Amino acid sequence: MVARYTTAQRINHWITALCLILLALSGMSLFHPGLFFLTALFGGGPATRAIHPWFGTVLLLSFGILFVRFFHHNLWRREDTAWVGRIGDVISNHEENLPEIGRYNAGQKLVFWLMSLLILVLFVSGVVIWDQYFFNLTTIPAKRVAVLAHSLAAVAIIGVWIIHVYAAIWVRGTMHGMMRGSVTPGWTFRHHRKWLRELARGR
Amino acid sequence: MTNTWQDIKNANVVLVMGGNAAEAHPCGFKWVIEAKIHNKAKLVVVDPRFTRTASVADYYAPIRPGTDIAFLSGVMRYLLEKDAVHHDYVRNYTNASLIVKGGFGFQDGLFSGWNDGKHDYDRASWDYELDEDGHAKSDPTFQHPRCVLNLLKQHVSRYTPDVVTRICGTPKDKFLKVCELIASTAAPDKALTSLFALGWTQHTVGSQNIRSMAMVQLLLGNIGVAGGGMNALRGHSNIQGLTDVGLLSNLMPGYLAMPKDAEPTFADYMKTRQFKALRPDQVSYWKNYRKFFVSLQKSVYGASATADNDWAYDWLPKLDVPIYDVLRAFEAMNSGKMTGYICQGFNPLQSFPNKAKIRSALGKLKWLAVMDPLETETANFWQNHGDKNPSDPSKIDTEVFMLPTTCFAEEDGSLTNSARWVQWHWKAADAPYEARSDIEIMSGLFRRMQAMYRQHGGAFPDPILNLNWSYLNNDSPTPEELAKEINGRALADVKDASGATVLRKGQLLDGFAQLRDDGTTTSGCWIYSGVWTEHGNIMGRRDATDPREQGLAQNWAFAWPANRRILYNRASADLEGKPFNPNKPLISWNGSKWEGIDVPDFVPTTSPSAGVGPFIMQAEGLARLFARDQMREGPFPEHYEPMESPFPNFLHPKVATNPVARVFDSDRAQFGTADKFPYVGTTYRLTEHFHYWTKHARINAILQPEEFVEVGEVLAREKGIGQGDWVRVSSNRGAVVCKAYVTKRLKPMDVDGKPCHVIGLPIHWGFTGAARKGFGANTLTPFVGDANSETPEFKAFLVNIEKAAGPVA
Amino acid sequence: MTDLQSLDLRRRSASEDTPPSIRHQPEVAKLIDVSRCIGCKACQSACMEWNDLRPEMEEFVGAYENPHDLNPAAWTIMRFTEWEDEAGNLEWLIRKDGCMHCSDPGCLKACPSPGAIVQYANGIVDFISENCIGCGYCVKGCPFNIPRISQADHKAYKCTLCSDRVAVGQEPACAKACPTGAILFGAKEDMTAWASERIDDLRERGFDKAGLYDPPEVGGTHVMYVLHHADRPSLYAGLPDKPRISPFVQIWKSAMKPIALAGLAFTAMAGFVHWVVAGPNEVQPEDEAKAQDILKHKDRT
Repeated sequence: MVARYTTAQRINHWITALCLILLALSGMSLFHPGLFFLTALFGGGPATRAIHPWFGTVLLLSFGILFVRFFHHNLWRREDTAWVGRIGDVISNHEENLPEIGRYNAGQKLVFWLMSLLILVLFVSGVVIWDQYFFNLTTIPAKRVAVLAHSLAAVAIIGVWIIHVYAAIWVRGTMHGMMRGSVTPGWTFRHHRKWLRELARGR
Repeated sequence: MTNTWQDIKNANVVLVMGGNAAEAHPCGFKWVIEAKIHNKAKLVVVDPRFTRTASVADYYAPIRPGTDIAFLSGVMRYLLEKDAVHHDYVRNYTNASLIVKGGFGFQDGLFSGWNDGKHDYDRASWDYELDEDGHAKSDPTFQHPRCVLNLLKQHVSRYTPDVVTRICGTPKDKFLKVCELIASTAAPDKALTSLFALGWTQHTVGSQNIRSMAMVQLLLGNIGVAGGGMNALRGHSNIQGLTDVGLLSNLMPGYLAMPKDAEPTFADYMKTRQFKALRPDQVSYWKNYRKFFVSLQKSVYGASATADNDWAYDWLPKLDVPIYDVLRAFEAMNSGKMTGYICQGFNPLQSFPNKAKIRSALGKLKWLAVMDPLETETANFWQNHGDKNPSDPSKIDTEVFMLPTTCFAEEDGSLTNSARWVQWHWKAADAPYEARSDIEIMSGLFRRMQAMYRQHGGAFPDPILNLNWSYLNNDSPTPEELAKEINGRALADVKDASGATVLRKGQLLDGFAQLRDDGTTTSGCWIYSGVWTEHGNIMGRRDATDPREQGLAQNWAFAWPANRRILYNRASADLEGKPFNPNKPLISWNGSKWEGIDVPDFVPTTSPSAGVGPFIMQAEGLARLFARDQMREGPFPEHYEPMESPFPNFLHPKVATNPVARVFDSDRAQFGTADKFPYVGTTYRLTEHFHYWTKHARINAILQPEEFVEVGEVLAREKGIGQGDWVRVSSNRGAVVCKAYVTKRLKPMDVDGKPCHVIGLPIHWGFTGAARKGFGANTLTPFVGDANSETPEFKAFLVNIEKAAGPVA
Repeated sequence: MTDLQSLDLRRRSASEDTPPSIRHQPEVAKLIDVSRCIGCKACQSACMEWNDLRPEMEEFVGAYENPHDLNPAAWTIMRFTEWEDEAGNLEWLIRKDGCMHCSDPGCLKACPSPGAIVQYANGIVDFISENCIGCGYCVKGCPFNIPRISQADHKAYKCTLCSDRVAVGQEPACAKACPTGAILFGAKEDMTAWASERIDDLRERGFDKAGLYDPPEVGGTHVMYVLHHADRPSLYAGLPDKPRISPFVQIWKSAMKPIALAGLAFTAMAGFVHWVVAGPNEVQPEDEAKAQDILKHKDRT
């Protein structure tokens, strides 16, 4: 087996993931009246309103650590551009037509950077509308911009999240990496051959 | 008020000068708004500050504090020059045509009769020339140079618009515009109402301020008519009642005079009371004085007052000075002559001038008893609250008794409003804890004193031992019992001129017309007779039916005298008895009697052609443009500067201030000068507050929590004072440190080419209650009073202002 | 603060249900005649008394406004403006500030909690505190900057137009207490008619631009002002000249809601379709073999 994630990394990821899910559920419940029933999951409307920003704070911390851990793996490389150019082959599972990829492919990197960007936007705009503590720090017109930015970013991040989750389901064997920390050499060969070669060299 | 609150709606012009009706009387002010909306009235405000009243005015003109007489004299000059006078009214209903004694004169600020040594006037020359019958001579053609009208013209001729502008700081165009608006009501069917309050009274020339306006109103024919009158807006729900029932030390109930040292016998006393008519055919209502007095004595002393003992006249105290007003009382206290003080229902430490002197005076008392529903500063004068009340309790020996009383909502009783309406009110809640009604406390004091006199005798026990005190529960008479006693009753069957019995023994009187001077009737206050009759509690009536919608509502409560709503209403009709203003009639002559929507202020069956003047409380039956000897400063008003003023008196520099103002020598040294205190301070109440009480109410404290002063933008810029900065306002008597409100509403006035800056000092804050602690504006005010009423000069005095560090927390 | 027994709803926040509306309820309005207002604050005390509110006692900060701003316990305050016209004439403009009860209420539009904000058939916009979650969206939705969130219970508060009094046929407490009749209450139609009489009077007195403030941008309001300077409402302590719900709030609360949900649903659906069409990307046995090759010959690459 090939070790892909340490225990600490996995816990870090899953805390972030859990926060994101809770944020999505609580956020959506306050976004659309049709989903207001979701507040019941958090103990009702006021509790949902109160706890949502705290989830966000935990997410920011957790993701921040994740970011420090992984950002250097997600720097853009030449083959990433080529990979994006063959996105049709990616979608139609024609792995054989793709260039050899390192630890992360361009899709994963895009998810990483989009998540980073959107979390930043969400947190900043979230603080602006976190009226319980920070009402007086900003103006109401600023809050109006913030609330729109927050909801747009939230929708975007949920979209990115759907892609991220689906990709994990679609590319079989991926989930094991994040669940148990290891992937099979075959999986690594198939999806991240360059990384496999690096691993082989490094051993 | 000569008129009523509701009657204000009938005015064509509402002049608010010497008051701030919207601020201090917001509820009554609704009638001004009614006048504007339903009578197209113009609201004119003349005030040193752009007030809340000014905010809804049609026209506003500024005036320097303390120069109202110059302004109004200028108005009189304008009216006379433009002939904007109500001719029939002035000729027939005022003393304009009466001829004044040759000895009368005015020169260099002083009227004839001035005695420099006594610092007072001999007023003998201030009177009419009488004919051989003792009647005043008159010249209805106004040709005689010494007829009142010509003397008045001469007197006010100095007050040209330029002089008014120079003295008052009112821009000339604004002064003339105000004159024009006032003059528009000279038409017989137009009326101006004058609404004023402490803005006129709280001056050393307070009474003359009001008199000046009354003269303006007489020239315009606006007294006694609907929508007219001189309307003093009283500062308290029952202050009218206070003066009516004789709480001033020189008065007995119903404005009967308290005897003086110079009147040792009842005969001496009566000699000057029932004055003789000064015109043929005139009736004077004061011919009934003896009836009022005897009935009062019968009420006070019961069976002990008899014809043989001159109705117990000897038991009445005799005044050795004109009046024991509050200034004199505190002067006496401070000089150790008064050692005990019962302070009932007011708060001298906050409300009287020169707080330091008041504090010092209270500290010299042996004992002080304070009766109040609230904890007052006065009761706590001995406490140390830093600069805000720098007392040293270890040096004060005064023993203080606090007697908690009920407040108005915790007892039945009556309140007399500005419009002389005596209205009954019913208890709404029980009083808390040990609070007792004032009646019960006073009864307790009296009963104990009486017992002590009875037991130990004393220098003069008669007035105490013989006091008529007979109630169901002698320790606590009920308000109903007292109301009936004030109304009066028959002690024997009372018969009218035809011999028919109008009242049987024991019955309550219907009104003062039934009073007798033979001891067969009682009445605790003759003008209140009619408040509780055999028909029941008249004060409790709540029938708002108002036949012509003129705001009279005759069946609502009771208005003294005789349920009359508009005083002098005979003057609303012409010599034939037809109303001057047919659209707003009050009474008219129907050929055999007077009838209308008000109770005639006249003998109901006296024909208008009988030659009786409409002002039946005056010896000549006429309203006085010339006041005879009734005012201490002189028969005509004259401009004198406030006792502290940054400007000389341009008219007569040598007699700058009121020569007969009430000043004690010890206070003269405490007056400041303009070199040290260059600005004019003026005090006032804010609408959010009621005097010094409401700081105990949380809502009022929320609405205006903290002491501040108002400073104009120009002065604030000069002094580097920013909005909300801490400032120190000082006078020669003390200093107040509080926050500044920099405002556009106080603009410097141009007085003879120099700017006059006014600093506004709202009263209210002290060291008790829910609001933030404050110094109180009376820290600064001078201890000087009006010459006639002794009201302190709170509206114009000298102060300085400088930026200050905030208080050290 | 509601009496659902006697007031029908016209709108309910975050709800799609059609409220019952068979009862006849004329639209009401409070008319504040600024030209008659003397700034006595009787309305403020009446509001505190009736609603049992006691805001903090503040300090003096150089203005007659006390409290200095609306707050959860001060649902109305007088605002004072000293204004000099071009000729230098001073006017002291005094305006009672508080909820305008818009016909198209931005607060209700922004509110995410079903039934936390309602509009009655008579036009009153009311906050139903028990449904309020304290998110503060109403603050962002309001074009007049009225609602305030309590730090004590984290719920939004504002003037109810005394819906409890109106429900039983009484006028709001402020109107009851106003000594000069500057606050009137009645059918909106009657108030509008009376306002036009007042405006005629003001024009006769020289206020050519006197007019009624009933801004169409928010569908009209159920609190209206008679202004002497209706051409410049902002003179009156910043009363908005053209109040409208912020475009940011409009986008957020109208177009965005369905588009966002549809977009997310589409994304999820696209994944599902992809699964059906392309199927999973599975590791093949030869991948494992080739991987072993690389791992074994690691030094050869």
